[in-house]
This record gives sequence, structure tokens and C-alpha cells, in this order.
Amino acid sequence: MSVTTRRTRLAAAALAAITAIGGLAACGNDDDKPAAGEKPAKLVVDTFGEFGYEDLVKQYEKDTGIKVELRKTAQLAEYRPKLVRYLATGKGAADVTALEEGILNEFKPNARNWADLNPLVADHSKEYLPWKWELGKAPDGRLIGLPTDVGSLAVCYRKDLFQAAGLPTERDQVSALWPDWKGFHDAGLKYKQGSGGKAFIDSITAVSNGVMFQGNGDLFYDKEDNIIADTSPAVKNAWDTATSMADISAKAQTWSPEWSGGFKQGTFAATFCPSWMLGIVSENSGAANKGKWDVASVPGGGGNWGGSWLAVPAQSKYPKEAAKLAEYLTNAKSQVEAFKAKGPLPTNLEALKNEAFIGYTNEYFSNAPTGKIFGESVAKIQPTHLGPKHQAVKENALEPALRAFESGQADKAKAWEQFTKDAKTQGAF
Amino acid sequence: MSLSATTAPPSPAAPPSPDLPSRQRRGRLLNHLDVKYSPYLYIAPFFLIFGAFGLYPMVRTAWMSLHDWDMIGEHSFIGFDNYTRLFSDEYFWNALVNTFGIFALSTIPQLLLALFLANLLNRTFLRAKTFFRMAIFMPNVVSVAAVAIVFGMLFQREFGLFNWLLGLVGVDPVDWDGQRWSSWFAISSMVNWRWTGYNTLILLAGMQAIPKDLYEAAEIDGAGPWRQFWQITLPMLKPTFTFVVILSTIGGMQLFTEPLLFANGNILGGSQREFQTLAMYMYEMGISNLNTAGYGAAVAWAIFMIIVVVSLFNFLLVRRSAK
Repeated sequence: MSVTTRRTRLAAAALAAITAIGGLAACGNDDDKPAAGEKPAKLVVDTFGEFGYEDLVKQYEKDTGIKVELRKTAQLAEYRPKLVRYLATGKGAADVTALEEGILNEFKPNARNWADLNPLVADHSKEYLPWKWELGKAPDGRLIGLPTDVGSLAVCYRKDLFQAAGLPTERDQVSALWPDWKGFHDAGLKYKQGSGGKAFIDSITAVSNGVMFQGNGDLFYDKEDNIIADTSPAVKNAWDTATSMADISAKAQTWSPEWSGGFKQGTFAATFCPSWMLGIVSENSGAANKGKWDVASVPGGGGNWGGSWLAVPAQSKYPKEAAKLAEYLTNAKSQVEAFKAKGPLPTNLEALKNEAFIGYTNEYFSNAPTGKIFGESVAKIQPTHLGPKHQAVKENALEPALRAFESGQADKAKAWEQFTKDAKTQGAF
Repeated sequence: MSLSATTAPPSPAAPPSPDLPSRQRRGRLLNHLDVKYSPYLYIAPFFLIFGAFGLYPMVRTAWMSLHDWDMIGEHSFIGFDNYTRLFSDEYFWNALVNTFGIFALSTIPQLLLALFLANLLNRTFLRAKTFFRMAIFMPNVVSVAAVAIVFGMLFQREFGLFNWLLGLVGVDPVDWDGQRWSSWFAISSMVNWRWTGYNTLILLAGMQAIPKDLYEAAEIDGAGPWRQFWQITLPMLKPTFTFVVILSTIGGMQLFTEPLLFANGNILGGSQREFQTLAMYMYEMGISNLNTAGYGAAVAWAIFMIIVVVSLFNFLLVRRSAK
């Protein structure tokens, strides 16, 4: 072996080691702040589900010359862990980040992760549904998010199945069937009888969601964020209403294969539809069922299930421009465009009065005037205070307990005990 | 060292030049460094990568487990409180029972089946051996998520194949994810389907290493195939079998994807945590719940300890019983 080859070998090995070390070191530090006033070449927007921002973003690029990258995640369950990772490591977050209500609440106790939008955008506090605007604020007064959509409630129902079971099919008559939850249950029993024992609604957790978000008082937390899940009358009310519907339920867990398949197979005839759910119903039911669905009002008045805000993470290098982009995406005109594109319901007062919004009809749902239906129910929404870990209590304590009761694994008392016990651990923060 | 300056030949490629002696000295030095240190450089990448992605996370997790740690907020040192909390945590024990239950249901039948299949494939009279050996490994190539999704569909309550088959013989549909036994059964069937072939191949490799003359001698002595299996194959297979058992133990204790997808992505694993495994509980505490990351880290270390103990136990068990 010659010296030269040996030397080359040594050099190669050294080079490999240096690259490896260098590669690791490079992960260390790269947050070089841009000079003040420097215009960003690109802004990143993170959303989940469908926000309908594709065309709006193109317009923004044209107007400002700043490129926008839209990063879309299909499901919130996938979106949240990614976002948590960005915040925990201080890297990777988009400049504009969509926050669903549950997530927003969870992040509020650590509001420092988010830029305060107050000094960055003009004062829009009078332009949105007041309660929606207030929810975007952290306890320390910091404005974390600008309001996007709201999940006003309605009932989606299958006209063909209703007709076969001898129930009315016209949407006003259907709404008249259930002025309250008792009426809804009676309609369900009637359907069951008329259809030869088929289930009426998808699950009792859908019912509990519907009841809870009608704003009948504090849910799992009081206004001071003390956990009151076991004593709250509003929770007890939702619990009692939901458990009373077990006899008309298809016991199909939301998002499960039984659930998504059930839309096509008609294993249930009705479900609760916040505005954003319309797209999911039509997608699960498929083109073959077009025109068979319709939209009626929800028993006991409007309610709010879900809805989002746009926030700017503190780690963004261009908080000022990011805030401007969020401002643009949530203004009246943009909210109407987004609604027409993908269905998120506006929260901007001007957008809610817009003719293009009010006059909108949904072809898939038998041309139901969804703009009018949801627009009217938005006005009736009562603000519900959701505590920091509302989502965790709902998903990991209330809904499992309801499902355990629904499937007969636990009786009512035992299921309630399971809920109150889990609510304490899940709700602690 | 044998490579001294006098034995090193001058480089034939080096052109003659006036400063040859100093070049030679430099060459000698490099040569010396090369021999002494370059082996370390060659193995360095592994240790660097292991340090970054193996050791560092472990140490960091241990450090986190001693804190009350919020993923996106504050953390404060609390000593071993997280570990003492584990002992009185009902859901931790529930996850432990589930993990062991599914582990037993998947590992024991799986290894017996693998042993049986390996013995079959080891027979000399079998035609198209390579085809069968490859075929048996196929399930392991399929992505675990795909397996879990397909099995999840088969085990559905309403439209699932298994309930349909049960209906044909007049059995009521089973709510597979509603009870402990049924959910454990469903999850272990995924694990069994995926890993039986893998273990078969490892056992087969072990069987092939057993000297053929042992069997020949046994045959001359009048031992049938069954006797040969018990008296030659099994004892000689002991080291391989121990390896397979430990591998399965590690895999079984870390079971995560199958039960998670079986629960439609719900980290609780059933409405009453019927099939939440330890790994799922770790994820729930460490990542899903933002403010209990320290406790999640303690669960992670508990899993590590349990794997060590169970592996050791299985190792001793297999060694003894195979004697």
C-alpha cells in the first residue's frame, strides 16, 4: 500500500468525521434576525382541514410581491402534535398559524409563545362577533388570534330515509319536528318505528356536543378556570340529554370507519352539522347520495361547535408582515370568499351581512340556503367559556364515558363516575 | 508496531524533489497517525449518530423525568416524584396489564407457529423452498400502518369481514374494540400476521446451522423426525431461540401503531382503555398532554426498565427450559 492511498484514506475519514460533526453543529443556531424593515421573500401559512385560502393567497402574492406557502394538514389530530413540536423546539412554525378553539385555549396559559397582535394590526375589535374577538385574547391581555370561522350548529338529515320512515322531508317541517331535545328524541323514536328499528343519529357524543355548545352556562371550567366538570349544570344537562338518546343511536364513533361508512350505508338518518361539517358529510356520502341530504335547524336554538383563529408564533422572523397577512385573510371580503370556496362560516359582521354570503345555497344538500341558515344561527350563539384543557376533558373524559355507556360496557352511574374521575386528571394544568 | 519508517517503501508516485527527507518525515508521521487513529474515525459515524439519536435522548428523557415539565412552558425540578406517582397510577397499571396481555397473546402462539414453520421449511423433501421462504417473509415487508388499517377494517363492527363470517354461522356480531379479550385478540392477530414469518426465517437460519451429520447419526440409531426435533433441533436451536424471544419481548413491550390505529387514532385505546399499551400511555402523558411531559418521560424510563427485566427473565427462562 502506498503512502498516497493511505493518506487519501486518512483524509477521507477525517472529512467524514468533520462533516458528521459539522452536520450536528449546524442544527445548533440559525435564528439570525433580519434587519428591521426588511421585506420577507416568503411567508408560510399553516392550516388544517379546509380554510379555502388558495385563491386569496394568490391575490396577496400579486398585491404585495411576497410569496406565500400554504401548508395544509388534513386533520386537526395530525396538526396539533406538529405544532406542539414547533413550539417546544422553537423552530419550524409557520408565520401565520391557524388555531382551533380547543388548541387556542390550551396555549393561552403559555401566551408568550405567540406574538401580541395588538400593536401589529389596526383595531378591529368592533368588526367581529364580540365574544369571538374576546376569545382570541390571552389572560394577560395579549391578542393571540384574529377570528376566522365559527362552527354554528344545524342538523343534517337524509330526506329519502325520512320519507321511507313516514317523517316529513321539507326542511321547515323537519325543523318544526324538534323545537327542543325532547322533540328530537320523539322524532327519533318515530323514525325507529317507521324504519323497522333503524338508528336515527350517529352517536350520543354528537348529541352531547350539540347540547354543550348551546351556551347554557360554564362547562368544564368556571370563569376563573377552576375545574367544575362534576358539578356544572350545563355538563349534567348535556350528559342527561345525550344518555337519553342511546336508544336511537347507531353507536358509530365520530371519525371511525363505522361512522364514515354509515353516511353512505344510511345506518343513521341525521347528524349534527356545524358549517364545516357539510363538506365532511358530502365527502363521506359520495356523489351517489347527492340531493338526498338536507339541512334543518338544531333543537333548542343555535350553538357553536368549533371555529378557529389565525395567530403569529413568537418565533416568526417577520411578525409584522405575518400579522398583516393574517389581517388580510380574516377581513370581511376574504371571509366571504373562503366560505364560498370551502364552507368556513364568517365571523366578521360585515361578511355576515354580505349578499353573496346570505344568498348562498348548497347544491349537494338539496340546494339548502346554508348561508341563510347558518348566518341566522350565528347571531343566536351564546358565548361559552372554554377552559384551558376543555378539549382534553371533552375528548378523553366525557366522550369515552358516554361511549362506554352507549355500548353497554358501563351503566349510567359507573360511566358518570368514570367521567368525573378522568375529568380531574385530564383537566389539570 | 511493524510499520516502521525503514520498512515503509518510498512512494513510487512521488516525483523526485530536493526536499525529499522532510516529505518522508511527514509521510512517516501521517502513516503513524493513520494506523493509530483512523480506525476510530471509521467507527466514529456510528457513535456520533448513536450519541445524537440514541444516548442524548435517553439522558435528556431521564433529566425530564425528574421535572414537572410543560412542553411549551415552564419546568421545575421535583426529584423522583414522577416515579412514585407511577405506583399509584391506575392507568399505568392498566396499560401494563394490557401490554403483557397482548404480548402473551401474540408472542407465544407466534413463536410456536414460527418454530413449526421453520421446521417444515427445513425439511429436505420440500419443493420450491426459496419461494416459500420468501413468501413467508412477505407480511413483514408490508407497512405496519397498512396492516393495522386493513385489519381494522376486517374487525369492524358493522361492515367487517369477521363479523360477517360469524353471522354466517349464526354468531352475534362482536364489538371488537369494545371488550378487553376481543380487542387484545384483534391486535395480537395483526402482530402475529406480521412477525411470524420474520421469526420463522431467523429460526430457520439457526436450524440450518445445525450439523447435518447429527441427524444422520440419529437416523441410523433409529430416531424418527419427531424425536430428532426434540432431541437435536430444539437443544441446538437454544441460542437462536433466546435471541428471537428477546427480540419479540422488545417489540411487544413497545407495541404502539397497531393498537393506536385500531382505536382510530385515539390515544386512550378504547372507551375504557381496554387496549391502551404502555407506549400509548407514554405518548398520552408525554406528548398529547402538554403539561405532563415530565411524567411521560418517567413512563418512558419505566418501559425501558420493564423491557430489561422481562428480557432478562425470558432469557433465563428459555435457557433453563431448553437445557
